[in-house]
Amino acid sequence: MSFSLSEITGGNPYGLNKEERTKLLCSALSDLTKNHYEKSEHYRKITDAAGFDPYKAEAAGVSAIERLPMLPVRLFKEYELRSIPREEVVKTMTSSGTSGQAVSKIYLDKENVRNQTLVLSEIIGSLIGKKRLPMLILDTDLIKKDRAMFSARGAGIVGLSMFGREHLYVLDENMELKTAELEEYLKKHEGETILLFGFTFMIWQHIVAVLRERGVCLNIANGVLFHMGGWKKLQAQAVDSLTFNAAVREVMGNVSSYNYYGMVEQLGSIFFECEHGHMHCSIYSDVIIRRHRDFSAADIGEKGVVEVLSLLPTSYPGHILLTEDEGEILGEDDCPCGRLGKYFKIHGRIPGAEIRGCSDTYEKR
Amino acid sequence: MKSVNYLVGSPDTINTPLVPFSPLIKEFVAAFSAKLLKSPKAKQFPDIVALGFWCRKSNIEKLQARQSLGNDRVGRGLVFHVAPSNVPVNFAFSYFFALLAGNANIVRVPSKEFPQVEIICDVLKSVLSDYPEIDKRTAFVKYPVSDEITGEFCRLADARIIWGGDETVRQLRTYEVKPRCVDVVFADRYSLAVVDAATVEAASEAEMKKLCDGFYNDTYLMDQNACSSAQLILWQNAAEGAKDKFWEAVARSAGKYNLQAAVAVDKYCKMCEDAIDLECVASVKRYGGNLVYVAELNKLPEDTSVLRGKGGYFYQFDIDGFSDIDRIVNERYQTVSCFGVSAEELREHVISSGLRGIDRIVPFGSAMDISVIWDGFDIIGTLSRIVALS
Repeated sequence: MSFSLSEITGGNPYGLNKEERTKLLCSALSDLTKNHYEKSEHYRKITDAAGFDPYKAEAAGVSAIERLPMLPVRLFKEYELRSIPREEVVKTMTSSGTSGQAVSKIYLDKENVRNQTLVLSEIIGSLIGKKRLPMLILDTDLIKKDRAMFSARGAGIVGLSMFGREHLYVLDENMELKTAELEEYLKKHEGETILLFGFTFMIWQHIVAVLRERGVCLNIANGVLFHMGGWKKLQAQAVDSLTFNAAVREVMGNVSSYNYYGMVEQLGSIFFECEHGHMHCSIYSDVIIRRHRDFSAADIGEKGVVEVLSLLPTSYPGHILLTEDEGEILGEDDCPCGRLGKYFKIHGRIPGAEIRGCSDTYEKR
Repeated sequence: MKSVNYLVGSPDTINTPLVPFSPLIKEFVAAFSAKLLKSPKAKQFPDIVALGFWCRKSNIEKLQARQSLGNDRVGRGLVFHVAPSNVPVNFAFSYFFALLAGNANIVRVPSKEFPQVEIICDVLKSVLSDYPEIDKRTAFVKYPVSDEITGEFCRLADARIIWGGDETVRQLRTYEVKPRCVDVVFADRYSLAVVDAATVEAASEAEMKKLCDGFYNDTYLMDQNACSSAQLILWQNAAEGAKDKFWEAVARSAGKYNLQAAVAVDKYCKMCEDAIDLECVASVKRYGGNLVYVAELNKLPEDTSVLRGKGGYFYQFDIDGFSDIDRIVNERYQTVSCFGVSAEELREHVISSGLRGIDRIVPFGSAMDISVIWDGFDIIGTLSRIVALS
């Protein structure tokens, strides 16, 4: 592979304009496509069946990126998709999933592990600086003990916990707020910037709601909250990201909230929501919205199926994925926050299929 | 049985049989047809209109003539129907089939909420008020999952009609029934189409439109998930140009299909899975964006049950003659839709070669036409008994 990530690291992860980005994405993604085509038999079969030739010369441009074959993200649950020999796998990541559900398996080699950490710290560093901060984890320590719960939420926590120090899980085993310990912790770190992390709905239900009821504010002088996870349950309560952010400030103090979007299939190159409520692509990633009727690329402001692209995956063919989420591009290079790149919004999962037919499962029990 | 909701009729349904195609039954069915076709609500639903047309007096007379039952027939008694949960009007056809055979009926309607069910039941109730003898023999029921209730209806039944595929049949077979109870069961089936490429090449644009609108109704109308919807297209006298011509016309006919985003993603996934799993898939072509996926096979696998798509995902293969299908046809095979191919010759081949499957051979556009001969059963014959003299 001629493209190397080191060519672009070290600068501003939101610093390339459309022209520069398109050039980068074209060459990097086309290299990755060739790499996976050569090294993953499964990927090669799919690419061949779809009639895509990775060696055909293409004029570099947006349409060349849009023509690259997508892999449905579901396939990582069904197949062992690797572009490296088994003996080079140093880490296997599995996706969240409740018991009984199939989980994604992502095979990483040393290079991928290193790159994921590098890119994640660049992206997070652009928001909080490079220094490790005292960190509150807005979840229960049970996560460390319960394996099933770990697979569901723990991986996300572990990924981000390296950016903090002196971690405190703020909920006990009964999901009750550890009020005394928390107060002590905040007193100890008074004046310091506090890093907070949690899952959107858990934060809303077990922290925001509880503190509101008590009429208490934590009065954090300077905090940065990263939170992830679905909005579905919150949408049902008519809570959007701006309402959420305001409520967090009301009960926690001067805390900026950053929602993020990412998946185990593309760890590292995650997408953050800026203070204007926009999810941002970094220079390591891109998003294309696909019209479901023909998978053509949708226009700005048009809803469709989300395709996520990442420059990181070299050990598995996960650089171009068709998700099962619905979203829309809000704009490109012109977010008032100043970050360059595409910015978008995720609307949640696409609705499940309603299929007619004669055969049914009798009285599902 | 408190939790049974009687949409039509009451728990006092009697089991005294009637004479098949008796004047009273025919009059009642015709009155239902007239009232249904006049109902403004019904007109919005093509499947209800089709039911209304099927029940018309002339059609029933035609059926009776074709059935040519002797005057030695009488109904079996009480028939218990289990309708499929995701087809809106099938339960009504099931009812009329068994009624025409001279039976009283308890029909379990689809568990899913369909507006068609209410419309049909409303019309039925109003017509039944003029036909007390039929009224006593008719009950349409709805109830939550219950072994007790299903068990009770099964114990009462002289015959059962079980729709809904393998799993439903397997479930219903676990209930105790009368020793003489007769079952008409509709298991999971597999269907295909045989097309003559030369005929397609010669077809005019208007003929292609008619052909492909028919194919659309056979497949997409039920998300390609009906037992009679073709999964596999076999080409006789194959030519690449004919295939493209056909599928491009199918894509045009499918322009009106409500392709759900989840189905589009599923089809794309299926293509990837086929590429990995199936040696026999040579390539996959798409027509009309994501409307039509066609996987080209380089050989027919021993077990074609893996060749199954939904929402417009087909497999195709070139054959030299009918005998090429002998190897793959098993008892699962139901309908063959034909174009440019002699249905009589194909039937002759099925019978003389002793094939274990294929119950219907129909022209394109007729795969979904339900009839009293279905899945190889003579439903009216099966649901009536013969009083023999020697």
